[in-house]
Amino acid sequence: MALRQCAIYGKGGIGKSTTTQNLVAGLAELGKKVMIVGCDPKADSTRLILHSKAQDTIMHLAAEAGSVEDLELDDVLQRGYADIKCVESGGPEPGVGCAGRGVITAINFLEEEGAYDEDLDFVFYDVLGDVVCGGFAMPIRENKAQEIYIVCSGEMMAMYAANNISKGIVKYANSGGVRLAGLICNSRNTAREDELIEELARQLGTQMIHFVPRDNVVQRAEIRRMTVIEYDPKANQADEYRTLAQKVIDNKMFVIPTPISMDALEDLLMEFGIMEEEDESIVGKTAADEVVAA
Amino acid sequence: MSQVVDNIKPSYPLFRDEEYKENLAKKQNTVEERPDVDKIEEVFQWTTTEEYKELNFQRQMLTVNPAKACQPLGAVLCALGFEKTLPYVHGSQGCVAYFRTYFNRHFKEPVACVSDSMTEDAAVFGGQKNMYDGLENAKALYKPEMIAVSTTCMAEVIGDDLNAFITNSKKEGHIPEEFPTPFAHTPSFVGSHTTGWDNMFEGIQRYFTLNAMDDKTVGSNGKVNLVPGFETYLGNYRVLHRMMQEMGVGYSLLCDPTEVLDTPADGEYRMYDGGTSLDEMKDAPNAIDTLLLQPWQLIKTKKFVQGTWNQPASAINIPMGLEWTDDFLMKVSELTGKEIPESLAKERGRLVDMMTDSHAWLHGKKFALYGDADFAMGLTKFLLELGAEPTHVVVNHANKRFKKAMDALCAASPYGQNTEVHVGKDLWHLRSLCFTDKPDFLIGNSYGKFIQRDTLHKGKEHEVPLIRIGFPIFDRHHLHRMTTYGYEGAMYMLTTLVNAVLERLDDETRDMGKTDFNYDLVR
Repeated sequence: MALRQCAIYGKGGIGKSTTTQNLVAGLAELGKKVMIVGCDPKADSTRLILHSKAQDTIMHLAAEAGSVEDLELDDVLQRGYADIKCVESGGPEPGVGCAGRGVITAINFLEEEGAYDEDLDFVFYDVLGDVVCGGFAMPIRENKAQEIYIVCSGEMMAMYAANNISKGIVKYANSGGVRLAGLICNSRNTAREDELIEELARQLGTQMIHFVPRDNVVQRAEIRRMTVIEYDPKANQADEYRTLAQKVIDNKMFVIPTPISMDALEDLLMEFGIMEEEDESIVGKTAADEVVAA
Repeated sequence: MSQVVDNIKPSYPLFRDEEYKENLAKKQNTVEERPDVDKIEEVFQWTTTEEYKELNFQRQMLTVNPAKACQPLGAVLCALGFEKTLPYVHGSQGCVAYFRTYFNRHFKEPVACVSDSMTEDAAVFGGQKNMYDGLENAKALYKPEMIAVSTTCMAEVIGDDLNAFITNSKKEGHIPEEFPTPFAHTPSFVGSHTTGWDNMFEGIQRYFTLNAMDDKTVGSNGKVNLVPGFETYLGNYRVLHRMMQEMGVGYSLLCDPTEVLDTPADGEYRMYDGGTSLDEMKDAPNAIDTLLLQPWQLIKTKKFVQGTWNQPASAINIPMGLEWTDDFLMKVSELTGKEIPESLAKERGRLVDMMTDSHAWLHGKKFALYGDADFAMGLTKFLLELGAEPTHVVVNHANKRFKKAMDALCAASPYGQNTEVHVGKDLWHLRSLCFTDKPDFLIGNSYGKFIQRDTLHKGKEHEVPLIRIGFPIFDRHHLHRMTTYGYEGAMYMLTTLVNAVLERLDDETRDMGKTDFNYDLVR
């Protein structure tokens, strides 16, 4: 099987890292050889696989060694549950330096060192929620991830983010092979969430590849720095991730997304009762104005 | 192909030898994918047309030779003007190599300037570690008494905080707390070399005086401060000293790199020489006033002079040409109460005499010119005084306010009625203008030589000779030692201009039996 490279995007705090690691555990259980590349200076994309707090990152090790040229692949690549390979790009503390450049440096390093040449079925890039600069688009540049999964939920901001990420994908899709492969709904237990995300997916021209229900076992596993599949293989939630993994393996629906306008998105949210109809008459009115008007 | 040891030829004329000609032709014909000569000529001719000029002036996405440099270059020159000061650029190494070579080529002097060589990990984590090691090493190795820090694009894009980094360097003990380290953020993608000079100077003002204003009283030292701005004519610094000394006024020339950029070959290398002392800078708020000699570029400096030093920063123009030198000296006289001495009045008289002597040759001659805002304005003013016509003035880094001031200046003179002022335009625009509205001469830095070559290619009668006054001048020696300020500077410029006119006339009248009826011994 040819190597498939996938990138996971989505609003910050939506559960990208948790979903990615559980999904990857599911793939590994199915016998796939997988590598996770964490593209977030927080470096929390591999902790459930490695049972560690935070892995030593490429940038951290490079700074210690003097430069990136002084590193070898073995220094940065660790193996965890089910022989899943893990690397973290790393980056600066908040407020200094350039995290985007860190992602670029790290991915270039992995390519030069042949991290992708090994016998692999999947690479997953787990990318910082807010794609704030070009560096965080590195995983979807030419010859890298071809499939993008967006993690979202039925909350307004998560859907805004999904739509915005789709806009970004269009930019890269027109010049290269990157495609939107689907939305993963990480449920927040909002009303009619599955229908809402399915409708959003339809309008974006893609699919909701799986609806991952909310289950506390995820948190219980996470406290133990484990994926659900490893912590409690018999849990229902483990089966959900297995299903997601199987769907990803079987996925054939790779599209150039059709992002929707702000108005269309707001209509959709109103239709599902997440947003109130906007009252144009109160825009720009201060509390004092309103008292006068009343 | 081989050279003979007792007759080693440089590339010219060596490459005119047959075998090299053949070789070059082979390269052009086999690997360069060169269109045929007729096609090249056709395109060349097209670029000289009015039609092309129209297209050229609609150009939006491309700048071809803007006749400006980047901010840290200015910051480095500013730092060089202070006593035992090492310019330090926080950022990438290549940028600093560029500043050094740029000045080397102009001043023909070594230029001390260090970089903290940020590499890939510094770009990701920020350059604080580089700053720690850089400051410590630079101080230990080169023993400066001040390090003036500016930045390259790399540090600016990732948002490195100089204030924090330098403060931390001192807290961590890499350099002593009291060691002077003024700094300025100088992103190259904003403004130009003159902005960088202004930023660095303001950084130095800030460092030495912002928190030391309590014991300062305007006028208490009886001096006048002069701030030169980005100035590369070393004679200008010297003439300022001379004029102030002849006037017998107390003054501080704040920033003076003449010594370090003009060190004698006496067997001793000096990394630092001369320069404005730090004490002078600390004392600057006690002066009567601070005169900004290039006001169009000293925006932040002016704000600081007025806002913190509480001095008026009296408005003057760059002291170039007759009237603006008069204005400058009268302003100094007014501020200090000292009369303008006979020696300067006499010097002025000599200049006026020279102007009348050469007037017949310069009257009505058309000049296109380009360069920094204040320089271009001062030169335009002087040309108008000479009765010469500035036809096109290109200033890339200037603003609309500058254009309005220039338009007003030209409108007030009968010789400026046809002057076009182009702000935000580059030398490729000027090239078009030199074809479609041919001036007699071009005045500016060395980069104009390519316009001269191109215009000559169209035919001798289209050639626009370049007169080298400006910065940088890479292809002529020692012109950086000349003077453009004051009466002395006006004399130098006048001499240069009128002799360029006469040289050209000789050039055109040297054709025996055809034009040599006017190849006169006496001009």
